[in-house]
Amino acid sequence: MRRAVVILIPYLWLVALFLVPFGIVLKISLSDIATAIPPYTPNFDFSAGWAGFKEFLSQLDFENFIWLTEDDLYWKAYLSSLKIAIISTILTLLAGFPIAYAMAQAPKEWQPTLMMLIILPFWTSFLIRVYAWMGILSTEGFLNQFLLWIGLIDSPLQILNTDWAVYIAIIYTYIPFMILPIYATLEKLDPSYLEAAEDLGCSRTQAFWSVTVPLSKPGVIAGCFLVFIPAVGEFVIPSLLGGSKTLMIGKVLWDEFFANRDWPVASAVAIILLLILVIPIVLFQKQQERQQEADS
Amino acid sequence: MKRSITTMLTALLASTVIANAEEVRVYNWSDYIDEELLTKFETETGIKLIYDVFDSNEVLETKMLAGSSGYDVVVPTGDFLQRQITAGAFQKLDKSKLSNKGNMWDVIENRTEQYDPGNAYSINYMWGTTGIGVNVGKVKEVLGDDAPIGSLALVLDPANMEKLASCGVHILDAPTEIIPATLAYLGENPDSHDPEVIKKAEPVLAAVAPYVQKFHSSEYINALANGDICVAVGWSGDVLQARDRAAEAENGVEIAYNAPSEGALMWFDQMAIPTDAPNPDAAHKFLNFIMDAENMAAASNYVYFANGNKASQPLLEEDVIGDPAIYPDDETVKNLYTARPYPAKLQRVVTRMWTKVKSGQ
Repeated sequence: MRRAVVILIPYLWLVALFLVPFGIVLKISLSDIATAIPPYTPNFDFSAGWAGFKEFLSQLDFENFIWLTEDDLYWKAYLSSLKIAIISTILTLLAGFPIAYAMAQAPKEWQPTLMMLIILPFWTSFLIRVYAWMGILSTEGFLNQFLLWIGLIDSPLQILNTDWAVYIAIIYTYIPFMILPIYATLEKLDPSYLEAAEDLGCSRTQAFWSVTVPLSKPGVIAGCFLVFIPAVGEFVIPSLLGGSKTLMIGKVLWDEFFANRDWPVASAVAIILLLILVIPIVLFQKQQERQQEADS
Repeated sequence: MKRSITTMLTALLASTVIANAEEVRVYNWSDYIDEELLTKFETETGIKLIYDVFDSNEVLETKMLAGSSGYDVVVPTGDFLQRQITAGAFQKLDKSKLSNKGNMWDVIENRTEQYDPGNAYSINYMWGTTGIGVNVGKVKEVLGDDAPIGSLALVLDPANMEKLASCGVHILDAPTEIIPATLAYLGENPDSHDPEVIKKAEPVLAAVAPYVQKFHSSEYINALANGDICVAVGWSGDVLQARDRAAEAENGVEIAYNAPSEGALMWFDQMAIPTDAPNPDAAHKFLNFIMDAENMAAASNYVYFANGNKASQPLLEEDVIGDPAIYPDDETVKNLYTARPYPAKLQRVVTRMWTKVKSGQ
């Protein structure tokens, strides 16, 4: 009985905060655009009862999903978002792993402070930090002023409003999500494994690659998911720092929703995005489970 | 004890009721009012004013169409207002509560009737034109002294834009304003709803888009003032605000605004009360406060946009009422055009074209 209650709470959470909104979005994606409040039809009227519900169902169709296949804008935006998310995830991993490793290697009494420093930026609003990057990256900004001053460049670089700015800000914003899980696995790593590896004739580099890296894999995977998933749907960073040519699905969704007032198509875009994100993750988890079973 | 809890609850309930009664939520464009007016409204009426800002009609419209925005007064532009009235988003104004109605300027009211017949749902707040702001020094440095700063050719001729790209160009992220302007440049009817005519704008815009640093509707004020960019297609008063910020900063940046010689879009920002406004009574008080000649003059003197208030005109400063960029002379007025809202199907064509122009996709 108590077990059922314990399981029930997270399930209720999932139903209320994931399944119900998903159902609403799915319903809107099957509706048609209208000049009204809310701007789509049909709307389900509870007072109409069962007959009304059947009538309501008959008005839903997949027109909006068909529309998405007819214009190449959408799949290009999905691909471009995936590309930006994959590249940023790899770069975040490359920058985050050494930091996590250095943290785990640092003296024990420093570690809480280092941890604090990683979390500290979260105390400032995300939006303000992105705005700060506008000040840093603009042609008259600190970075260009500095590079001009040390004589590395003779005319300001155009970084703001390009894909570069988007990559920089995604890495900056999401790097704590990469560092923390990797640090958590590295910190638990038993140093005697490394000693054993060295006793058996590994150099320190070999021991790092054949012991530390494989054992940190769960942290790396968790970190990559935590960076990759929000980066695909990222809207704030590309719209504030990206140029007009930065094509991301978040911006397309915004346009559908705001410029076209087409909530049904916007919802269809969101549903497809969800499928793109969820299906590979489910497949990956299945494969992991199978591997674990094979290992044991 | 029990009694004191009841008293407390009653007091709490009463205070929330009073709080509701004494609150008005206004949703207006960014950089669009003298903030002293907000305090003045609070002291005069005792109503607490909550003031939020937006920078695109699309954002406002989405909130209106979602319903329950919680705002009492919002400020859509004419063509957007018209569609939102059709959707049932606004309530009719109670003219008996608007004693300052007589201050309004018939010339502007006649024009806004095309969006809101009889001006039943809205009052004019400000109006202006969509034109070109230039950093005079930088543009002349790049294009020479005979740069066509008064013409759309400055931003729609790739030959000019190729050179201007080095000093930075922003264009409003507002297809419903830039496409009519492009049609005017091509000599077509800017208010055309013929998809074939509208499509003519695409190659022109696509040819200059690679040289545009950003399509955005509010960043250009600061960017122009700081000298980060040298040209912006923007709204009259915003460019003039950039001019003043640059002058105050004494950074050597000189900004000028021109309504394009090919004709300029004239727009009207209208104050209206949403159907589900929590406090329509206070909303009317706010509208009446805004229609007061002195208050409206203070707003225009501050933001450099013309207003639809005849009585405020004697109170306007000379650099506002006397500036043809703000109150255009008769010659320019003949050159101004207005635009009707696009129907949903055409809106989709326009947005798609706009995305294609901006992203190259």
